[in-house]
Amino acid sequence: MNGFNFHLGEAGLTALPSGALWWASEGCLTVSDLHLGRSERYARRAGALLPPYEVDETLARLDSDIAATGARTVICLGDTFDDLQAAELAETHTLWLARLMAGRRWVWIEGNHDPGPVDLGGEHRAELVMGPLTFRHIVAEGAVGEVSGHYHPKARIAGQARRCFLVDTRRLILPAYGTYTGGLYSDDPALSDLMQPGAIAILTGQAARPMPMPRRKEPA
Amino acid sequence: MRPLPAPFSNWFDARGWQIHPHQQALLDRANEPSLLLIAPTGGGKTLAGFLPTLVELADGGHRGLHTLYISPLKALAADIRRNLTRPVTEMGLPIRIEDRTGDTSYTKRRRQRADPPHILLTTPESLALLLSYEDAPHIFARLSRVIVDEVHALAESKRGDQLMLSLARLSTLAPGLRRVGLSATVEDPVAIARFLARHPDPCEIIHADPGPDPDIAMLETKGPPPWSGGGGRYAIPEVLTEISRHRTTLIFHNTRAQAELFFRDLWMANDEGLPIGIHHGSLSREAREKVEAAMVAGELRAVVCTGSLDLGIDWGDVDLVIQVGAPKNVKRLVQRIGRANHRYNAPSKALLVPANRWEVVECQAALQAVKDHDLDGDPRGPGPRDVLCQHILIAACSAPFDADALFAEVTSAGPYAALTRPDFNACLDFCATGGYALKAYDRWQRLMLRDGLWTLRDPRATRDIRMNIGTITDAEMVKVRWQNRLGGQPLGEVEESFASKLAPGDTFLIGGKIVRYVGLREMALEVAPAPGREPKIAVYSGTKFSTSTQLSHRILRMLRQDSWPDLPAHTAEWLALQRDMSRLPQLDRLLIETFPAEGRAHLCAYGFMGKNAQVTLGLLLTKRMEEEGLNPLGFVATDYATLIWGLDPVPDPTALFDRAALRDGLEGWLAGNAVMKRTFRNVALVAGLIARNLPGARKSGRQATFSSDILYDTLRRYDPDHLLMQVTREEAMRGLVGFGRIENMLDRVGDRIDHLALPRLTPFAAPLFLEHGKVPVEGAARERLMEETAARLMAEAGLG
Repeated sequence: MNGFNFHLGEAGLTALPSGALWWASEGCLTVSDLHLGRSERYARRAGALLPPYEVDETLARLDSDIAATGARTVICLGDTFDDLQAAELAETHTLWLARLMAGRRWVWIEGNHDPGPVDLGGEHRAELVMGPLTFRHIVAEGAVGEVSGHYHPKARIAGQARRCFLVDTRRLILPAYGTYTGGLYSDDPALSDLMQPGAIAILTGQAARPMPMPRRKEPA
Repeated sequence: MRPLPAPFSNWFDARGWQIHPHQQALLDRANEPSLLLIAPTGGGKTLAGFLPTLVELADGGHRGLHTLYISPLKALAADIRRNLTRPVTEMGLPIRIEDRTGDTSYTKRRRQRADPPHILLTTPESLALLLSYEDAPHIFARLSRVIVDEVHALAESKRGDQLMLSLARLSTLAPGLRRVGLSATVEDPVAIARFLARHPDPCEIIHADPGPDPDIAMLETKGPPPWSGGGGRYAIPEVLTEISRHRTTLIFHNTRAQAELFFRDLWMANDEGLPIGIHHGSLSREAREKVEAAMVAGELRAVVCTGSLDLGIDWGDVDLVIQVGAPKNVKRLVQRIGRANHRYNAPSKALLVPANRWEVVECQAALQAVKDHDLDGDPRGPGPRDVLCQHILIAACSAPFDADALFAEVTSAGPYAALTRPDFNACLDFCATGGYALKAYDRWQRLMLRDGLWTLRDPRATRDIRMNIGTITDAEMVKVRWQNRLGGQPLGEVEESFASKLAPGDTFLIGGKIVRYVGLREMALEVAPAPGREPKIAVYSGTKFSTSTQLSHRILRMLRQDSWPDLPAHTAEWLALQRDMSRLPQLDRLLIETFPAEGRAHLCAYGFMGKNAQVTLGLLLTKRMEEEGLNPLGFVATDYATLIWGLDPVPDPTALFDRAALRDGLEGWLAGNAVMKRTFRNVALVAGLIARNLPGARKSGRQATFSSDILYDTLRRYDPDHLLMQVTREEAMRGLVGFGRIENMLDRVGDRIDHLALPRLTPFAAPLFLEHGKVPVEGAARERLMEETAARLMAEAGLG
């Protein structure tokens, strides 16, 4: 799967090139910030009519990650939908999600854009503790063994920008998984200040690749 | 012949002036629906355009807007207002003249809509904005004439296409509206006339006396120019001497960054303290106006400038033009030279400063072309559909419209005369529903058909549409201003990509000042002075022109000579050395060199197709090399050659040039490269699919916007025949891709491709190693390098 294996506390994790997190010992796949329905929300608010294919694109990637890992549990780490109204998916997409959810545990973590889709079944939680790890949407002060999303981190290397995981000894921040999501460079103060010295960035793309986390430059 | 009314003839007489024949010709034909005047700079072109208006307004009987004057530059609108106000005041004419641009205050603009002046001077974008208001019919009801200044310049870009659509609208709002175009000397006046006139109106072309030939030469310098780069800074001592010998000198550069660097070094070497200013499009309005005013007042001896001074501002006393860097295009060179000596019938004086060794050759070829009156240019294509999409949205902002009527109006615009109804409908569908194969927006259409008229579903959309009016899609810019405690005045702007790389304490050049980045505040870079520090350089996206085909061919013909007595010795020797070590490129052959250098295999192809086509060639060749496992790493292109490097040598480069394979490659490659994505971004901005990044629209902490690249990839995958993908492909083929030029080159050389496998790099290839703008190849080799880099960094950080 071209993933990168690392540890967060006691948990042995794999960062997948797609931006999903695989916890093999628990059979648990985690994705964050799907932002489904973003193009529809833009249109509804009299904005531009964006190519209406991002839900298909995002679900197709999720589908193939679930198929490849055979996940028993899937955690959506918040901001699954761009807003509450976007949670009213087209029937084909609802059916698609239902098919993915069938036969496995599915946990919706509440995000800042959506409290999680109530019509779709699955568990709804503000946060979830599993063994040494705590899953929540936004980082909490002083947390340990924390897996979160929200910031859409990305990093530059060799002239290219990639979405990335950020990980240090206490916390892991997932990249946005949704197709229509922007990102925040890891050298932004908002991210630099969150991560300990020695943090690494795991780049997504063809393969998951670790590098030292690019940080804010110090004033000259 | 129509006589001048008394106040006018008296005014002319009092100055001992005579009306020029072309001014009289325009007056005599004032009732023609369309006229095109071709005149050199300084030919009294503007007065010729306005004279019929002034005569018609002299009796004070006209109420409301009479004449609309459109110029491509804000500065020009302001300048014309000053120049026109003087005779109007002196003759005591009851005429109100005002300008209206993006720089005009909100209150003044409100007032102008309620109570328009007799003569309004504006830009294509400000006009399009005016037409988007509900009260447009009221504003333009009495409009009688429209003057399009520098129409040759507008006709070269989408701004012109948008303007012609706006004029079509105006002709509906004000039937009988007359059009006058003012143009510099161009290679194909008939094409400009067709572009300007309301289709199918006739458009008579009037040629003014072209005046004497210019006095033009290459500047002689003590040292030779460098091998590469575009600054021309080696010539500063000689340039300073020329400045001190002349009254006023304009020093043109091809890019803003080069103008900044040159200005700084010029200023440091300026021991006599000559008053010298700088002017370019990225400087704040205040800074530009200050220089313009000083120029008008005759207080400056020289201005370092860019294309922002290419056009019509009447500087009066300029007696020397210096062009730094190759002119790329003979027509533009002639127009720039015309900036010197604004007096009719005096020859303009100009000096060319080639920035590097190659440009010496190009400058020599350009000099000869000017002497031969051999102008160049590419024929313009039909009006692009992304501009039409924007026009449709603007129409919808103003009022609900009938599709048949709008189609009739649009096809009366020259560039859209051949537009088919299905193409129009596709644009309308894009505006209404997004035009996707998947009909997803039934509930949220942007335009709805109500009672037979197309109407905005949600009136809130007008705000976004108006904010995004215009077809100039430069890189995203960020404003730069002094720190608050230093007064907070604006200095100008820099590219966002540049700004994002700055850390507090970093220094850069803007407006000739070295400043230190202090912090980001309200979406502007706050800076403090940092004199004496070594600056990082602001990266401006100065317009990148390709050398014209005609000029390239001239250069190739020059290379055929046995010796080059007209060229400086250093350059003639360089050509001879290339002939000895390799071969000189020829018009009917394609030279390809391969050689090892710096631990990599290199391939250099001398296509002489201009920068854009050479870039495309680089993309196509590296793609084929990637397919054949030759591990290309990157390439760099100039106007005359493409240099590719990779991990493995190419055994048979000739095979790479198979036309069918190149064309196939183009199709496949069109899919995923950066040039296409950049083109798509421009098209998507113009068509209104994505919005410009406006101050305040961005959230802090987490970014809500995402790149247009994602939209491009999505469309490519799910809707490859979408309207905007079609427009992107067309545009890329013509412009940034320039595949037409590749086809022409292949025609030119046939199967005469010469491959020379050489032991080391060659005299012609050497400067390419120093070129900026290297393009990485996103392939296996790149993945490998990225992996290596990441691994090395991990190891260095002790994280492995």
